[in-house]
Amino acid sequence: MLAFLVVLAILVVVVLVVTGPLRHAAATAAQRAPNWTGEDRAAPGSERAAVAELEAARAAKYREIRDAELDHRTGKLSDEDYEAVDHVLRAEAVEILRALDRVGGGEDSGT
Amino acid sequence: MALIGRALLILALLVIVYGIATSLYGARTGRAEWVASGRRSVYTLAGLMVGAFAILEIAFLRSDFAFNVVANTSSTTTPTFYKLAAPWSSQQGSLLLWVLLLSLWSSLILFLTRHRVREIAPYATAVLLGFAGFFASLAVFYANPFATSANPPPQGAGLDPLLLHPSMMIHPPMLYSGYTLLTVPFAFAVGALITGRLGNEWLMIVRRFALAAWLFLGIGILLGARWSYTELGWGGYWAWDPVENAALMPWLCATAFIHSIMIQEKRGMLKIWNASLVLASATLAILGTFLVRSGILDSIHAFGASTLGVPFVVLIGVMVISSIGLVIWRRPQLQSEAQLDSLLSREAIFLLQNLVLVAMVFVIFWITFFPLISEALTGTKVSVGPPAFRPFIVPLALVLVLLSGIGPLIAWRRVTASNLRRNFTFPVLVGVATCATLLLASDANARPFALIMFSLGAFVIASVVQELWRGTSARRATTHDPLPIAFGGLIRRNRRRYGGYIVHAGLAVLLIGVAGSSSFQHSNNVTLAPGQRATVDGYAISYVRPTAQASAAKVTFGAVLSVSKGGRHVTTLTTARSFYPAPDDPTLGPISDAFNGQADSQVGLQAGLTRDIWTVVNPDLTPLQGLITDGDRKFLQLMTSLTPAQASSPTVVNWVRDERAQAITELTDRFVTHPWPVSFLLIVSPLVTWIWLGAIIIAGGGLIALWPVPAVARRRAASRSASRRPTAPAVPARETA
Repeated sequence: MLAFLVVLAILVVVVLVVTGPLRHAAATAAQRAPNWTGEDRAAPGSERAAVAELEAARAAKYREIRDAELDHRTGKLSDEDYEAVDHVLRAEAVEILRALDRVGGGEDSGT
Repeated sequence: MALIGRALLILALLVIVYGIATSLYGARTGRAEWVASGRRSVYTLAGLMVGAFAILEIAFLRSDFAFNVVANTSSTTTPTFYKLAAPWSSQQGSLLLWVLLLSLWSSLILFLTRHRVREIAPYATAVLLGFAGFFASLAVFYANPFATSANPPPQGAGLDPLLLHPSMMIHPPMLYSGYTLLTVPFAFAVGALITGRLGNEWLMIVRRFALAAWLFLGIGILLGARWSYTELGWGGYWAWDPVENAALMPWLCATAFIHSIMIQEKRGMLKIWNASLVLASATLAILGTFLVRSGILDSIHAFGASTLGVPFVVLIGVMVISSIGLVIWRRPQLQSEAQLDSLLSREAIFLLQNLVLVAMVFVIFWITFFPLISEALTGTKVSVGPPAFRPFIVPLALVLVLLSGIGPLIAWRRVTASNLRRNFTFPVLVGVATCATLLLASDANARPFALIMFSLGAFVIASVVQELWRGTSARRATTHDPLPIAFGGLIRRNRRRYGGYIVHAGLAVLLIGVAGSSSFQHSNNVTLAPGQRATVDGYAISYVRPTAQASAAKVTFGAVLSVSKGGRHVTTLTTARSFYPAPDDPTLGPISDAFNGQADSQVGLQAGLTRDIWTVVNPDLTPLQGLITDGDRKFLQLMTSLTPAQASSPTVVNWVRDERAQAITELTDRFVTHPWPVSFLLIVSPLVTWIWLGAIIIAGGGLIALWPVPAVARRRAASRSASRRPTAPAVPARETA
């Protein structure tokens, strides 16, 4: 009997936990205007994903620029090679930043 | 308690089904609340599995033999330390551990990505829950850890004595962590392929989990090797056993992935290759789990024959077909964004290294499964052993070591001849000097592959030392810090790069140990009486005296040996072999059951940086056999002569038990009082310690690479980039060394 009650209590907790977001969303929707369809459905998902992709590309490019600099400082890249590589990398970084500006993801979240 | 455990498992299964449904519904409709509900299902699953596993652990600690799994794999005499580890010595308990670890890692990745990869994450959640559902179903329907018996035995069968080793406490959780962590990149790869979001974001998220999987799997493999070396009594650490190979294959695949992922990150290349490696690593991990659990191939590590083979074959089939299908479907979006600038660049070396690693996986896969393939084609199961692997693996390993030395020395994108000279001079000179020294001062020329491995290993270590020195010097030039602080700062600020280099050095040390110990090992199988001696590789090993000990748990026959060289005492070794009772064997009598159960060996080992002296005794009990048979007869006569009242009297029962214990002790003591010749396996192996040292270095390097960048440093980098933003591209400051 005790085991049954324990299992029942766990079941109730499980149901409350997993359905929490659904109940919360329903309650929030009820408090808002009847025609509100939810923040995430209204948000431009593909644009948000594109921003995230570009931010990841930017972070990778920053790392690549730093790696090239470290390669130069530790003698793996000659001055000429470093200048050429650095120039290309910075140009690629500018392209990514411009693309970020175009999709409205200008806020810099760092590397 | 068993009822609650079983209920938790069934509840877990329901939560999994719910979580898959809500995640997929949320992904299809874009409704965040359903996605969040699916994510919460994973957290809830983790909570339920922690509860279920805690119940099982408590049952083991309390020696609750009503649980079948406890009765079969533990006993009241099992040390508490090993009772805690006993759950994963059984099929049922280890399945539960699998789901527990999977749910914990899944919860971690989903918590960390709760505000990121929103399109991919729900599909990844569904895949992770799918894996959890598969293993939870096996635990519920095929191998229930909470199955109980109405009439529990008063004593359990005990843990397999071979598992009474500290490594066994950690080895399985490490391997399972590796396997389950590999499902995380798999799940996100599937999500990325389904949604078509195939850029860098998902890769950057799963990179750390792939690295953690690689690290855990590597530690698990090395702990298994250590267990084999010190417990199994055959003197080796790697036998190319199917289950060992099953862990090595995903590790090699993950090694390839964590290198090639950098090429995609930096150059947008190898997207198909990377997706395939991620999918293959997890599939190989499941294949490894299948080998351990199905008993399809003979292995000392397997749980033996079971009914779990078919479900695993179905799962592997689904993984392979869906992986291939998804990659083919998304092939247009997986095209490379760039070409190799030069064949002399780090990315070209990485590519070559990837090919070598995949070739190794292919060779190991083919030879491991050859017995099954041959049986399917010819009807005869052909046995293959270590010699089948060596002709392929040794040359590939040499190339791998060479590449691991070249990689750190050359830059991304391009190199010039003058830079090559500057960077390669010192490491090449070290490698050549090592080769020349070994040729002149040792018999290494008799083993050309070992000689090449030593030379290449020296080259790799020199290249890593040079890189660390140059990096530290560059940092000192900027910061003017003292050498140790500059070194620490260099590692801290470039963890991924220098952690990786340290791993390369560790790999070189490890493979030098493998080459030395496998090529220059001397062994001698001898039979000695006390006072006699044998010689191995110049070491005189004398059998000083026998030892013996009897207890209720086991009888142990041992030996003390003295090792000397050139008349000088080197060390004293003690070795023993223990026999555990087999009370359930009806063919054995009351005395003989003490000497004919499972046995394990305690190795006599003197480990050193240059060589290990290893020995194990294998006592022949034939001289005792007549007395044992006589004892069996007398005790059976005694017991049949007792009246039912006497047989149930506690006084008589205790008296018989004490008499039996006394008889066993006296028989065991004859090993000392009337010693007879016993056989020993004596081995002198050079450089074995280098394997364990290399493993520690690899683990240290892996941890450095895995360690997260502090939030403060990330914020500093972000603010620096942001401050430069209005006038110029957000280029990092130039003091990164």
